Amino acid sequence: MTKLVTDVICPFCGTLCDDLEIEVSDDGKKVTGVYNACAIGAEKFLHSAAADRVTRPRMQQADGSYKEVSYDEAVEYAARVLANAKKPLMYGWSSTSCEAQSKGHEIAELVGAVVDNTATVCHGSTLIALQDVGIPSCTLGEIKNRADRILFWGCNPAHAHPRHMSRYSIFPRGFFTGKGHKGRKMIVVDPRVTDTAKLADVHLQVEQGRDYELLSALRVAIRGNKLPDVVAGIRKERIYEAADLLKSGRFGIIFFGMGVTQSLGKNHNIDEAIMLTKDLNDYTKFSIMAMRGHYNVTGSGEVLGWQYGYPFCVDLSRGFARYNPGETSSNDLLVRGEVDAVFVIGSDPGAHFPISSVRKIAELPSVAVDPHITPTTEISKLHVPVAFVGVEVAGCCYRMDNVPIESRKVVEPPEGMLTDEEFLERVLQRVKELKAEQGAAAAAAKGKVTA
Amino acid sequence: MTQYLIKNGFVYDPVTGIRGDRADVAIKDGKIVESSDLDKSARTIDARGKTVMAGAVEIHAHVAGPKVNVGRIYRPEDKLFTYQAKKGIQRMHGGYSVPTTFKTGYAYAKMGYTTVMEAAMPPLYARHVHEEMRDTPIVDEGAFPVFGNNWFVLEYLKNRELDNVSAYIAWLLKATKGYAVKIVNPGGTEAWGWGLNCLQVTDPVPYFDVTPAEIVTGLIEANEHLGLPHSIHIHGNNLGNPGNYTTTLDTLKLAEGYTANNRFGREQVMHHTHIQFHSYGGENWGNFESKAREVADYVNKHDNITIDIGFVTLDETTTMTADGPFEHHLTELNHLKWANVDVELETAAGVVPYVYSPAITVCGVQWAIGLELALLNKDPMRAYITTDHPNAGPFTRYPRIWKWLMSAKARSQQIEAFKNSSKVVAASEIASIDRELTLYELAAMTRAGPAKALGLSQMYGGLAPGLEADVVVYNFNPETDDPMLIENAVSNAWALFKTGVQIIKDGEIVSNGNKRTLWVHAKVPENPQVMRDIREKFLKYYTVTERNYEVEGRSFIPNPYPIEVEAPA
Repeated sequence: MTKLVTDVICPFCGTLCDDLEIEVSDDGKKVTGVYNACAIGAEKFLHSAAADRVTRPRMQQADGSYKEVSYDEAVEYAARVLANAKKPLMYGWSSTSCEAQSKGHEIAELVGAVVDNTATVCHGSTLIALQDVGIPSCTLGEIKNRADRILFWGCNPAHAHPRHMSRYSIFPRGFFTGKGHKGRKMIVVDPRVTDTAKLADVHLQVEQGRDYELLSALRVAIRGNKLPDVVAGIRKERIYEAADLLKSGRFGIIFFGMGVTQSLGKNHNIDEAIMLTKDLNDYTKFSIMAMRGHYNVTGSGEVLGWQYGYPFCVDLSRGFARYNPGETSSNDLLVRGEVDAVFVIGSDPGAHFPISSVRKIAELPSVAVDPHITPTTEISKLHVPVAFVGVEVAGCCYRMDNVPIESRKVVEPPEGMLTDEEFLERVLQRVKELKAEQGAAAAAAKGKVTA
Repeated sequence: MTQYLIKNGFVYDPVTGIRGDRADVAIKDGKIVESSDLDKSARTIDARGKTVMAGAVEIHAHVAGPKVNVGRIYRPEDKLFTYQAKKGIQRMHGGYSVPTTFKTGYAYAKMGYTTVMEAAMPPLYARHVHEEMRDTPIVDEGAFPVFGNNWFVLEYLKNRELDNVSAYIAWLLKATKGYAVKIVNPGGTEAWGWGLNCLQVTDPVPYFDVTPAEIVTGLIEANEHLGLPHSIHIHGNNLGNPGNYTTTLDTLKLAEGYTANNRFGREQVMHHTHIQFHSYGGENWGNFESKAREVADYVNKHDNITIDIGFVTLDETTTMTADGPFEHHLTELNHLKWANVDVELETAAGVVPYVYSPAITVCGVQWAIGLELALLNKDPMRAYITTDHPNAGPFTRYPRIWKWLMSAKARSQQIEAFKNSSKVVAASEIASIDRELTLYELAAMTRAGPAKALGLSQMYGGLAPGLEADVVVYNFNPETDDPMLIENAVSNAWALFKTGVQIIKDGEIVSNGNKRTLWVHAKVPENPQVMRDIREKFLKYYTVTERNYEVEGRSFIPNPYPIEVEAPA
């Protein structure tokens, strides 16, 4: 006999589909079937039962091999690394729950860490842009129920957010959108002919790195002003047509991804995209939304926001929160050699950071908390496997439109495994003890000097 | 639990009628008790020469949730020069107009506040609101879910199905763990889904074909049918526009003929919030003027209405409201950054920074209107001190508002400091009003009054035996007769007790208390029609499933305090 768990959140991408049904073995230990999920989401659930899963912490040895250690030893090592560091980097947070993030921040405050999340190499530029010019946005249901103009800019949901178009943006029939995709016009801006672009009514094949020019041209065009014959590799007639298409809608949205946040221009591209959206509100209703990648990267920004006032790159090393991307962002800190320990949780900088940064992580005392073996765990001194959030432990997550949804626990983790939150709680308690000892030692030393 | 005897302070308490007499306040088991109920272990606090009041109750502020966090995240500049390091039991905290959650708790406590209501909770984001409230120390909190643009409400009211409205309200309060029925720009925010608005109470809502007036009266009837602790809590149409006082009077008139039905001691059927933003005369910003007298006169004559003011404090701040079209209007006006979120089937919100500059005549007149409304008011139990934080100014300015209300001298100093002071004086009455409010009246406007309007007078707002032991001692001697000292004293409580736990001692925060989340559990007879409609809307139009919508679990509400209401069949 198996049982079916319904209304399950998919802990893969920022789309956070919450209609999954997971079939679980009778003893509640194994996922036997995944329904409604995309291929990537399904794999995430099935992987929890992988035979080669690491279930105990591993410490790197001098020869590069790994030795299994107990969670007690792992807690001790992690706590000492953090408590002894002058300025540790605590990076990641995007694939774990808000509860774990919150616990981690308590440690970060105690040890004076820099807390940064994966936005630093993803939608960080978006966050900087919205600090410049704001952001008119909406929830995904508004798109489903109202939108008749959908623009995907520098993103490819067909592959990166596989159910986005069917659940929210292109195909669903909503309250005021009873014709589904037949009532919507779809525009894709991408230098590549992606599978998303192939579906579009209009594909503007922008020249690589010329997003800012095209966004500016659209702002010119919607006002009916003059354009040069060709902008960003696109003829002006096509730009005027696209501008008219956007203006003529009742409710439109721009979804944008890393093709425009991390290409030439970075946050300035997003400034311009947001201002285009704002301009369009003079003619019709328009919104813009970032296609967030990790399932809870948004949550990390939110928790950091309400606890410290900044969504990423939060430097607590001076005893209060500072924020200065470019200075307090992970890669800048690593490349400049400004951090003396690295604690990674819920992300994989080893696979996504520049090699110069990865080398630095490999040289420093380092801890990687991750259920999987990843490039990061392979260069870290300590790898702490934990239960999968959203599969083996519940916790709050925030969707790409900032809507919070509680992820569900569907199976038991392998026996004896800790969750992120439990591991962080134990590290926190140990750090408190170590800090008290350090404080007492410092006071004693000061006393001696005075004497 | 430790017992305390706060001795010989000057006590101000409208609940027991003590008007600054020297009296003792006794605390035992988290409640106020008679002094004779204490045993010998009670600790004595010598409050000689100091002012003693009940903990203050915030009836309307935006302190937790999605739009508040947008304000924090998109304004790093708001954190400049405000950060405090971790100290004792305090986490590091900062922010000025949109403080971090930790600072919110500490800053309210320092002013003597012990209960705070978050005034607009988008139901879909209820979980977020509760997560932030969990991280706000010390103060008890509740949140008002917004109903005025909700598709269920609009459709039921279109068909005049009032039983269904009541059942839906009860369901949504439970699903979101919400406290009261909030209405923001009724119908107008739904219209904003199409870039439109409803400026008058008779403007029909696009598609749904009901009017703001029908929404408001329908929700009054449902609210009174259920007998909820608080009345409807309304931010009317046409906020912030010259000449809008007529819309405000039209909105207030909707309450005529209704009487309160509840077991909580509440007498009003409508609470109109931040009414300063709704008391404007003139036809444009050039001939903008105060209509505070017209609005205050109406409120004075109708005792089934309560108001809070929304004082402009002349600061740089961050405006945020579920009135989406207003924020778009504002960004067109000041060209500062604009954030907007439309929330499916429910509401919207916008956020725009704003500078209330003493160099701008309109800002000076807005400042005057807030003070006029308070000074022309005849019943301090029905008009409450708020800044609509952070819209008209940060809540940390309440002590300065006390100073302005208590001292004509302080007001004239401010009037003289305006760049265009003669224009401000010409467009308002403020310079001719010499009334000075007393501490007793201010205690009514910040404690007894809001507690009663919220239906919480059985718990908060006074020092009568049996009430929660929320007590503050300010280092202010009212015999000095110098209100200019009040701002500093009220900004820095000398001692504070929250349900009997000492939170502030000698001006220092020494405990995070054990804060509670208040919510209203309204029990109604099973309504299959509404349950069917809820199921259908979730299947077809929402993007989360019905089961994932409800706020549940102790991690979100670690210390819930449900208030039970039995609705008649």
